[in-house]
Amino acid sequence: MEPLTFFFHKLQMLFRRGRFTEEFAEEMAFHREQVERELREEGMSPDDAQYTALRRIGNETQLREQAHDLLRFRAEGIFHDLQYAFRQLRKNPAHTATVIMILALGIGATTAIFSAVNPILFQPLPYPLAGQIVMIWERHSDGSPWFVNFGTFHGIEERTGSFEAVAALKPWQPTMVGAARPERFEGQRVSAGYFRVLGASPVLGRDFVPADDLHNGPRVVVLSDEVWRRCFARDPSIIGQSMKLDGDLFTVIGVMPAGFENVLAPTAELWAPLQYDPALPTDSREWGHHLRMVGRLRPAITREQATAELDAILHTVGQLYAKGYNESGGTPAGTQLNSLHSEMTHDVRPALLAVLGAVGLVLLIACVNVTNLLLARSVQRHGEFAIRVALGASRIRLTRQLLTESLVLALIGGALGLIVARLGVHALLALVPPGLPRMNAIAVDGAVYTFALGMTAIVGIAVGLVPAVQSNNCHFNRALHQSARVIGGRHHALRRTLVVAEVALALVLLVSAGLLLRSLQRLFSVDPGFDASHLLTMQVQESGHYYDSDANRLLFFKNAREAVQAVPGVIAADFTGQLPLSGDYDVYGVQFESNPTGEEGGFRYAVTPDYIQTMRIPLRRGRLLGERDTIGAPTAVLISESLARRKFGDRDPTGTRVRLGPDVGHSDRPWATIVGVVGNVRQQSLALAPEDAFYVPITQWPWADEVLSLVVRTQGDAAALAPSIRDAIWSVDKDQPVVRVATMESLLAVSEAKRRFTLIVLEAFALVGLVLAATGIYGILSGSVAERTREIGIRSALGASQRAILGLVLRQGMMLAAIGIVIGLIGAALASRALVTLLFGISCVDPLTYLGVVTLLLAVAAIACWLPASRAARIDPAITLRAE
Amino acid sequence: MGNKRDLMPGTLDLLILTTLARAPLHGYGIALAIKRLSDEVLTVEEGSLYPALQRLLLRGWVKAEWKTSETKRRARYYTLTAAGRKQLGIELSQYEQLIAAIGRVLQNT
Repeated sequence: MEPLTFFFHKLQMLFRRGRFTEEFAEEMAFHREQVERELREEGMSPDDAQYTALRRIGNETQLREQAHDLLRFRAEGIFHDLQYAFRQLRKNPAHTATVIMILALGIGATTAIFSAVNPILFQPLPYPLAGQIVMIWERHSDGSPWFVNFGTFHGIEERTGSFEAVAALKPWQPTMVGAARPERFEGQRVSAGYFRVLGASPVLGRDFVPADDLHNGPRVVVLSDEVWRRCFARDPSIIGQSMKLDGDLFTVIGVMPAGFENVLAPTAELWAPLQYDPALPTDSREWGHHLRMVGRLRPAITREQATAELDAILHTVGQLYAKGYNESGGTPAGTQLNSLHSEMTHDVRPALLAVLGAVGLVLLIACVNVTNLLLARSVQRHGEFAIRVALGASRIRLTRQLLTESLVLALIGGALGLIVARLGVHALLALVPPGLPRMNAIAVDGAVYTFALGMTAIVGIAVGLVPAVQSNNCHFNRALHQSARVIGGRHHALRRTLVVAEVALALVLLVSAGLLLRSLQRLFSVDPGFDASHLLTMQVQESGHYYDSDANRLLFFKNAREAVQAVPGVIAADFTGQLPLSGDYDVYGVQFESNPTGEEGGFRYAVTPDYIQTMRIPLRRGRLLGERDTIGAPTAVLISESLARRKFGDRDPTGTRVRLGPDVGHSDRPWATIVGVVGNVRQQSLALAPEDAFYVPITQWPWADEVLSLVVRTQGDAAALAPSIRDAIWSVDKDQPVVRVATMESLLAVSEAKRRFTLIVLEAFALVGLVLAATGIYGILSGSVAERTREIGIRSALGASQRAILGLVLRQGMMLAAIGIVIGLIGAALASRALVTLLFGISCVDPLTYLGVVTLLLAVAAIACWLPASRAARIDPAITLRAE
Repeated sequence: MGNKRDLMPGTLDLLILTTLARAPLHGYGIALAIKRLSDEVLTVEEGSLYPALQRLLLRGWVKAEWKTSETKRRARYYTLTAAGRKQLGIELSQYEQLIAAIGRVLQNT
């Protein structure tokens, strides 16, 4: 019962505080009167009695405080600290605003980056037991992973016991014809187990069943929520209805939920069964290595166990279907299993970690800067602290007060930081490289709020601790007698250390940004192998059964090309099977007559004859393709310089013969003739060395592609011609989709988007770091100049020249910068190693970058030093000394 | 005032409770009573008396009410509560145990 009474009494007192003070005063007054009376009765004079009574009772305020302390709730102390903190912060609005702004930027930037990085790197994929999902690759004898073919997938699916489900998948881009414009969807062809592997199921209708995934089976489709909304207005009776895709009627059997995230193909909007032939006829698409494979491991089965089992299965299957494998590159050595999460994040991990590291440095610089500002402020407040200690405040109480103040600052900074973070996330989303996994999961959510709060607390304590400890080490008795500037000295040692730290951290950031900048410059000075200016590109696709015949396909592309060439402003237009730097990846085998047992691989460009001229790819030897290289004529091939050099050295390969793609290894197939050698073209990325390639007329390839890319060389602005070129194609057949319209220059830029993204973020952070470091130097120097006004006045009165005084202050500041730079160089050398995978063409200790950054930092430091130094030099000794 | 003795620690509460067990008193009265009853040996400082009274109030061992004093002034009178009376018993027996223990130690030297 007692604690309860205690609590109620306290509670009562909380609301009767005013009355308590009055009553206490009255009680004391009564007591004093009684004592006075007693003293007078003992024979003292009234005045003496009054005085003695006062002395006996002592400090009434302290007495009341003591009584108060007993009655007070612990939380009330915090409340008072808060009140006091707010009063302090209001007292010096400029200081408060600066600190809050720096903290808001630091916390905001860190939170924004965290919210982008968290779902990608740290959170599990959005599937139940996502850790069980793995990607399965064929492993070749040289250890490199390969896409699986249907033979491998089918063999594994029939035999494996390690997986709850496995699935094969490939991209599918069906076109829906009907409305004014044809709409091409991004979709996937998947085997029946796909959604079970992911652990997702339709919200409407049903999942695929094995009976859907039969060769020549029923045409069924599962829709994404987005397609259901966009094309069917969320019609609840959609199940069982049909939609016409590529000229065929597909029955809708299911709709995936809105929250379903398809990390394997984030843009996919519909899914249809794979429907490959389990009879596995040799020499068919079933044997092409073009499928991706995923599987969900059974609980308690490790990746190693599963790999061992799959390797054994592959061995059996390899023997069973030796012919099929031999005609498609041989039986793989085994399988390789990677967790789906690492597969998804592997590419972007270095860039994201670099950005995360950079923002960590920015936060660190911001904290150092704020600590410095708080330290400066606490030196000014020493008088106040001394008085509070003299009045009986304990040191713990003072520490608590200072920490409360810094926490309040951090909390306001953190709250504003969340606004900064929201803006930052918007900016990041506009910047992120395409292909960043889980982009739609990037949001300022609960995890982010928790992170921001945690960070705010840590920052609040971190920046408050140094000034608090520092104040406690101070001798307040002395402080009471002296002015702030005399005790400043010791604090300056600490503040100088902090400025050195800031410079060092800024240098690390600047070097990282500098290295990336130089890499990107190098990359963009790489010759892609063709002329990218005034070049418009787009993908043209044929859809519908009319185009089932090769002749009709070729005719359409021929007519479309002619129509585009007739558009005013078009210099030339040609089709190609794949477009450089667009993400296309189309590799086929090449068998040279000179070495019939060896097989090479090369990028296959099935092109209309003038493609090489239109792209302005240089001809090195022989002749280009021409109109005569067409159906009926012997197949003519151009090979890339790299392939020619590797196979023929300095000899001329023209006139020698090769078998290409499906003909490789088939002695009954005719040979094609190499008619020329052309320059290397960067197909995948500017950073990847030129890869082997061959060019063949579309009319001479064994089949006609249904998707080709159009490249258009224009006179003026390439982008401006896009609408008229599209209309020209639709004038031939209005139902054929035209997609992926982009200028070659933008494709070039996008192909390096990952580096560019990292660069922009790092540059921004480096700039912030530089500014903060400069203000740090400026702050400490102007502080020290203000405090040394008298000394400087005496110096100049004694004959020191303005130049000497300028030098004095400059030296002091530049010394700090120099020490910071030396430490920062060591840090940068270590940090830049983490950037290695993002660098191109330069070493991570690129001297030019380091030199440039050091120069920049010195220049900025010099400006930051110059302002206070010139103020010092202008000090008039007469005025200073008179002021004393 | 030369023969003033410091109180043994922990005994102030006991003295106040004992004093109040006789009759309700105001703060000055309590101090006076302790001084007189101890033949001016024990002096209660105002600095300890009033915080102690607050403590006892908080624990619910005494209660306070404003009454008119013998000098026709409004004064705050403290009265022992039932809980306070119980507490006085506890403190007394604790005190006696303590004294007895000290006595045994002293006799053995």
